[in-house]
Formats: sequence, structure tokens, C-alpha cells
Amino acid sequence: MTFSHAMLCLRGVVTREALRFVNQRGRFLSALVRPLVWLFIFAAGFRSVLGVSIIPPYETYVLYEEYIAPGLLGMILLFNGMQSSLSMVYDREMGSMRTLLVSPLPRWYLLLCKLLAGVSVAIVQAFVFMFIAWFWEVRPPLHGYFFLIPALLLAGLMLGALGLMLSSMIRQLENFAGVMNFVIFPMFFASSALYPLWRIRDSSEVLFWICTYNPFTYAVELIRFAIYGKFHVIAALVVSVCTLVFLAAAVIGYDPLRGFLSRKDGGGPPKK
Amino acid sequence: MSIQLALDVNQISFSYGQTQALNQASLQVPEGGFVALLGANGAGKTTLFSIVTGLYSPQQGSVRVKGHALQTETLKALANMGVVFQRSTVDMDLSVLQNLRYAADLQGIPRKEAKLRIAEGIEQHELLGFEKRKIAALSGGQRRRVELARALLHRPALLLLDEPTVGLDLQSRSDFVAHVKSLCSDVGTGVLWATHLMDEVVSTDDVYILDKGQMIEHGTVNELVKKHEANDITGVFNALVGRSAK
Repeated sequence: MTFSHAMLCLRGVVTREALRFVNQRGRFLSALVRPLVWLFIFAAGFRSVLGVSIIPPYETYVLYEEYIAPGLLGMILLFNGMQSSLSMVYDREMGSMRTLLVSPLPRWYLLLCKLLAGVSVAIVQAFVFMFIAWFWEVRPPLHGYFFLIPALLLAGLMLGALGLMLSSMIRQLENFAGVMNFVIFPMFFASSALYPLWRIRDSSEVLFWICTYNPFTYAVELIRFAIYGKFHVIAALVVSVCTLVFLAAAVIGYDPLRGFLSRKDGGGPPKK
Repeated sequence: MSIQLALDVNQISFSYGQTQALNQASLQVPEGGFVALLGANGAGKTTLFSIVTGLYSPQQGSVRVKGHALQTETLKALANMGVVFQRSTVDMDLSVLQNLRYAADLQGIPRKEAKLRIAEGIEQHELLGFEKRKIAALSGGQRRRVELARALLHRPALLLLDEPTVGLDLQSRSDFVAHVKSLCSDVGTGVLWATHLMDEVVSTDDVYILDKGQMIEHGTVNELVKKHEANDITGVFNALVGRSAK
């Protein structure tokens, strides 16, 4: 693999994802509406019920809207990662995935390109969300927007890699509904996206520990700190390690020797 | 003088659990040669294609593309191969041009060179005027031509076509077959054409017959017709496979 070939491939995959994104305006809107509904309705309704005390990275009391904004950014990345994974399963069923997999480049690199393409689109969505949220009194410091980019990139890579890993295990599109129920919702709700962990601990010790072991919690905290120009070392470490683990599992999943393609139930001939 | 092979499939076996899909199947495609792989639905053609394209790994045997072993020199082998899959793999939401640019990027063709080759491919495959049209708005025959143009962008030594005419009308089918055969003589591309449609092969074509995962016969159509004392290749196929061919 030469450097120029690798860059051309990356450009091709990112451009394709961007073009598909532009062509599918409904996808963009739904990705944006989902967190905005949470911000406008859920957060407004719970503002007076859920008080948030001063916890890092906040230096003063913040509005509930401001507290859940990082969680909603995480939601954008999470849904985008799963959407990407859904499109991989769809592409595999429809056959267009084959175009990518028969390219003369290492499979891990092709999957990484696919991952980066998905995350690039998610970052654009996240910034559009932040722009709208600014009018809803979610106004982090200006430098926070700058620090947000690497945090979104890292968190997006982790959630995208998780999506890739899941797509390598899901044989048919119809099985994807299960992912929504068993992965996306539990991951989102059992995290610090909507309420601080200390509040969860007050209600349930078990749930607190589930949230503590949930990688999505660390993705949200990484974003939360970054918005205020701060760096959460543990969150960054957990997110990085999880990204590598999920990506390695996805590469194995797409390996014709070791992955689902080689297994009896996953390796049947392509549907006609 | 030894014949240069574009594809050398040697004794490959593959099974899905207990179901043996391919059993020590071998075939060769010479450079610039047209080879037809005949088999009924479920004979193992698509599995063979999936192995030759590296999507599946054979449990036994080996595959060489222009001398490069698929298992150990995967990227070199893939770089010498163009594929038209049975099901359309072009992106329906993108235009002809966007699909071809995407393919050029995946093959690592530099931008200027890609522009030239895409223009050439569009002209060669009679797609002029359709460049900006979305694939979804094209006819079945035009889509297949886009797939063919895409598969040939990087000028591969070997072109694999898995039932490429399925869903096309009679005229489009015969145009498509003639066009692919001209590639063998004009460009020197080795072609492996898998089909269950017997009228797509002519008397001089080199033919392999695959049944239940095994290569049961090989030769030119003329040779096989003579050997089996049949009227045509359909008769040969029916006699060997024991069921009616189309």
C-alpha cells in the first residue's frame, strides 16, 4: 500500500459518504431533530426537577440544558455510528460492500476509511447542533468549540468502531432492530448523558456501576470536559482503548479466514 | 511455449458447515482468453467467485491471479482483477461519474489519469450523455455497462463476471456478451464469465461445467458437443447435469 493510494482511497470513501449524506436530507434532519427534541422539550421540562450541583468541569451551577448538551452530542455520534453500521449491513446485503472489500488495500485500512468517513459526517452534524443550541442558552466558551473537534473525533471513532464491530456480526438487516433495543438505548440511558453519576448512585448502586463500566459514559465526559477546554485523561484513555478493541474485533469480523464470512451461519452464499 | 495465465484456480474446496459448496474445483483462464463457467443455480459459481475475489478463504487449494497467490500476495492479486458481481454493486444514489470516481480512488488511480480513463470508459461503454445521471435512473443494461466500465478502470489482467446478464433483455444480453468478448481480443483481458444461460456461449468458447461444487467437464463447446454426441452445449449440459438448462 503506497501513501498516495491510501490517501486516494480515504478521499474516495469520505467523498462517497458525504455525497450520500447530502443526497439523503432526511437522514441529516432526523439526526439533528432527535437531540434537539431532547434539548427543547426534555431538558426544558426537567430543568426544575433535576438540579445539577457544581461538579467538574463546571465551575458554577449550570442549566440542565447545558448539562445534557455533551450527552446529546454523544447521542449524535452514537446514532451516527449505528446508522453507519446499519448502512454497512445494508451495503453488504445489497452488494455494494463488495466493491470496497475487493479493493487492493488492506481490509483494516478500508474499514478505517469507512469509519473516518462516518465520523466526519457526524462531526458536521454535531456542530450544526451546537450552533442551534447556542440560541437555547447552551453557550460554552469559544475555545471550547476548538477543543470539541478532537473529542468528537475520538468519541466518534469509538462509537463508529462499535458500529463496525456490530455490523460484522449482524447477518441480516432485520436483525438490526435488536441493536437499537439492546445497544443504543441501554448505552445512552445507562450513562452520564442525562444525569450526573452521583445522582444515579443515590438511586441505585447497581446502576451506578453499570454506568461506570459503560464506555459511552467516558465518551460523554470526554466531550463535556473538552467543551470547557479541559482534558479528562481517564475518559480519553478508556475511549482510546475501547476504539482499538472494537476496531480490532471489526477487522477480525470482516476477515474471510476468521470472521463471520467463514462461519456456517454467517458464511452462506450471498442472497440472490 | 507455456501459456500465461490470468487466473489459475487449483483444487479449491469450500463448505458452509456440513454443506460442501466446492470440492477440489480447478480452472484456468489464459491472458486474453474467454472462459465460460456453466452451472445451474446453486452449483457453486458464486462461492467460487467469492473465493477468487478474496471475500471467502478456501479451506483447501490455491488461487493465483496473474501469477500472484491470492492468499499470500492478496493486494497484488486484487490489483490485477476487475469484478462484475451478480447483483449490482454500484451506488444507486450517486451519478455515473461519481461511481466511477469512487472506483478510481479505491484503485489508487491518480486524479488526472482517472479523469482520462473515466472519459475513455464512458465513451467505450456507450454512456456518453449519462455521466451526471443517477444510477437509479438508468436501465438495467446501462447499469451493467457502468459496472463493466468501473471494473475495467484500472485495466486489470483478469475480468470476472458472475451472471452479468441476469435481468437484461435479449438484445442487451447479446450486445453485452459481444462487448466483453471484444475486450479479450482488443485489450488482452482474460475473462471468466459465469452463467447458467447456455445461449451466451459459442462453439469456439472454452467452457467449464460446474455441478454440485465439482468441475465435471472442460473443453471447447465444439469438443464437448462431439464428445457427448449432443446437438449443442445445452444437450451436453443436460446430459451431464441431468436437468434442463435454459
